[in-house]
Amino acid sequence: MPILWLFLIVSGIAIAGYYLGLARVMQSAGGDRRHMHSLPSYYGGNVAIKAAVPALLLMLVWLLVQPMIVNNSVSALIPDSAIDENSSRGLVLSEVRRAADGLNRAVAQGTMHADLANDPQADPDEVTSRLQDAGAIVTSQITRPILNAAQSYRQQTQRGNLLMSGAVIVLALLGALWGLRGAQADFRARNVVETAVKMLLIGAASIAILTTLGIVLSLVFNTIEFFRLYPASDFFFGTNWAPSFSGRGGSSDLGVLPLLWGTFYISVVALAVAIPIGLFAAVYLSEYASNGVRAVAKPLLEVLAGIPTIVYGLFALLTVGPLLVSVFGRDGLGIMQAGTAVITAGLVMGIMLIPFVSSLSDDIINAVPQAMRDGSYGLGATKSETIRQVVLPAALPGIVGAILLAASRAIGETMIVVLGAGAAARLSLNPFDAMTTVTAKIVSQLTGDADFASPEALVAFALGMTLFVITLALNVFALYIVRKYREQYD
Amino acid sequence: MKDNHIAENEVATKNIKIAARDVQVYYGDTHAIKDVNVEIEDKTVTAFIGPSGCGKSTFLRCINRMNDTIDICRVVGDIRIDGEDIYDRKVDPVQLRAKVGMVFQKPNPFPKSIYDNVAYGPRIHGLARNKADLDDIVERALRRGAIWNEVKDRLDAPGTGLSGGQQQRLCIARAVATEPEVLLMDEPCSALDPIATAQVEELIDELRQNYSVVIVTHSMQQAARVSQKTAFFHLGNLVEFGDTDKIFTTPEDPRTESYITGRIG
Repeated sequence: MPILWLFLIVSGIAIAGYYLGLARVMQSAGGDRRHMHSLPSYYGGNVAIKAAVPALLLMLVWLLVQPMIVNNSVSALIPDSAIDENSSRGLVLSEVRRAADGLNRAVAQGTMHADLANDPQADPDEVTSRLQDAGAIVTSQITRPILNAAQSYRQQTQRGNLLMSGAVIVLALLGALWGLRGAQADFRARNVVETAVKMLLIGAASIAILTTLGIVLSLVFNTIEFFRLYPASDFFFGTNWAPSFSGRGGSSDLGVLPLLWGTFYISVVALAVAIPIGLFAAVYLSEYASNGVRAVAKPLLEVLAGIPTIVYGLFALLTVGPLLVSVFGRDGLGIMQAGTAVITAGLVMGIMLIPFVSSLSDDIINAVPQAMRDGSYGLGATKSETIRQVVLPAALPGIVGAILLAASRAIGETMIVVLGAGAAARLSLNPFDAMTTVTAKIVSQLTGDADFASPEALVAFALGMTLFVITLALNVFALYIVRKYREQYD
Repeated sequence: MKDNHIAENEVATKNIKIAARDVQVYYGDTHAIKDVNVEIEDKTVTAFIGPSGCGKSTFLRCINRMNDTIDICRVVGDIRIDGEDIYDRKVDPVQLRAKVGMVFQKPNPFPKSIYDNVAYGPRIHGLARNKADLDDIVERALRRGAIWNEVKDRLDAPGTGLSGGQQQRLCIARAVATEPEVLLMDEPCSALDPIATAQVEELIDELRQNYSVVIVTHSMQQAARVSQKTAFFHLGNLVEFGDTDKIFTTPEDPRTESYITGRIG
């Protein structure tokens, strides 16, 4: 609540600064906006930015740093003796925080007097029962060290919040004054505002990049933890995937090869379906279809891309699987055991990928300059010769990029595999066998009661990391191909 | 004026290659070409001049039916090459274009090697019996395109990596490699510097020995330099057609005179 208020106050100062800045610069220019360097709104914006940005940044930093400092000082208050044997300092600290929150709430509700909340000699039992009455979540009896730590935590936090409010408001006012001082007709307010806009854009770009880094790091630490518990050579070269959930360690085989093989096999089947169909559809749409057909057919094709993958999964499970079984199963050729198989998931995934390949390729083929086609027609080439020998080679880098993008999708696809390919991890060449992929196994290892200290759960992060590295390599390769051949025409 | 001298010689053996009668072209509702009648001689360079949008490029593209690739374009009238109506149902535009080559305003080499660029036409028309034959055709075409010496050591390099002037000469070599009878050039020098332009003009003069060349140009000096016959187009009409030196010295139509003296355009 105080933070929201603080934010509103700073915004208020910024808005007031905006109008004050406008008024001041108008006065300094003698009421004629043609005498100013920038448009009046830039002067107002300059004041508002100088008031709000430093103050809000300070607030952000303070909010991040204060809990760390308070935690450290509170942690020092807890003697080692107060920590249970099968507990840890972190658990005790969260107990302290819960107790402090409870005290805050109890005081706010009026069920506890502020003096009692702050009294270091207060009886822990009484405080506990009062807190429970007030509806605070206190797991066990509060001991004296915890109570004292909670009281200290509460006081320090309150003091910190007060200091923060003061500092932020003062900084906002100082910023506004600084901005107002500059609100003179010859001040280059526009440059200041545009620099601020640039910073905002840089910030947005950095957030995207830093998030990627964060995701990688979160995977890396768990992966390292996994390899501490399970030998890396067994993981990368093991041909058996048999995690056990009953006993810890030793009894599980966690070889990644069957999963990688399943991923690879299903992706290959999917691409074998998607590339020819998608490419031919793209060639038809961009070279042969009349404008009317194109206007209708392209959006229809792109509808495929909008279907959630779980729906494709259902389609695989309920329609394609039984259909394949009726042809290849016991009543037909007898080579297919059940509806869930590589071929089922691969076919359905291929259908899912068609719009990726066709839509991107269509755009790329359209981008081939008409002059190139004219040159070919001018030499007496037919339409299909022109497409095969001039248009497609010119569009090839882009098409390869589209295909690699589709491959990344195929490798990362989960739901179709879960429902369409079965759950058995095995190394087999038969496309009518059930197999499973890396992604499907990540799901099954982390759902249910996962103990994050066991290799059976941590292996999910190692799998995720492996997958991440593979798709990253594919994307880098795609970019390289596209870059290398991009300047071929134009 | 050596060009004019040759032209006079050839008037004696006058031989009509392309004959257009009452040609009309419509783009949708726009009437782009009106009642054009023209007779283009064999082994002659004919220049089409006129202000922008006057229809000279459109008419040029009628001669090899390139306008077929534009959906809304409609051609009415009669264009004959060697007496054969090229808009007849029996005529395959693909074969027609093999006979009537075209060089475009902007150099448009394919994203292939220099060799493959030139070999493209001979390959699709099956002109070479074997690899050695194809090598010969490519070399001859590149020599006729006056670019052989510059590229003979790097035939495998991409054609798009050449300079603008070289690219345009490559495109000309590519066009002559299919042994066309007529070569249409749509402002072939507009993207080139004066030196490259001079090379292309020299080339056009040599090509005249074997082909009938039709060139669209915005440069009246170029028309005067390279052509023996000149046609002046204005607002979709063929205003005047005749010997180049006559058009440039004593034009009959006042519009022609205004254009070549720079008063309209």
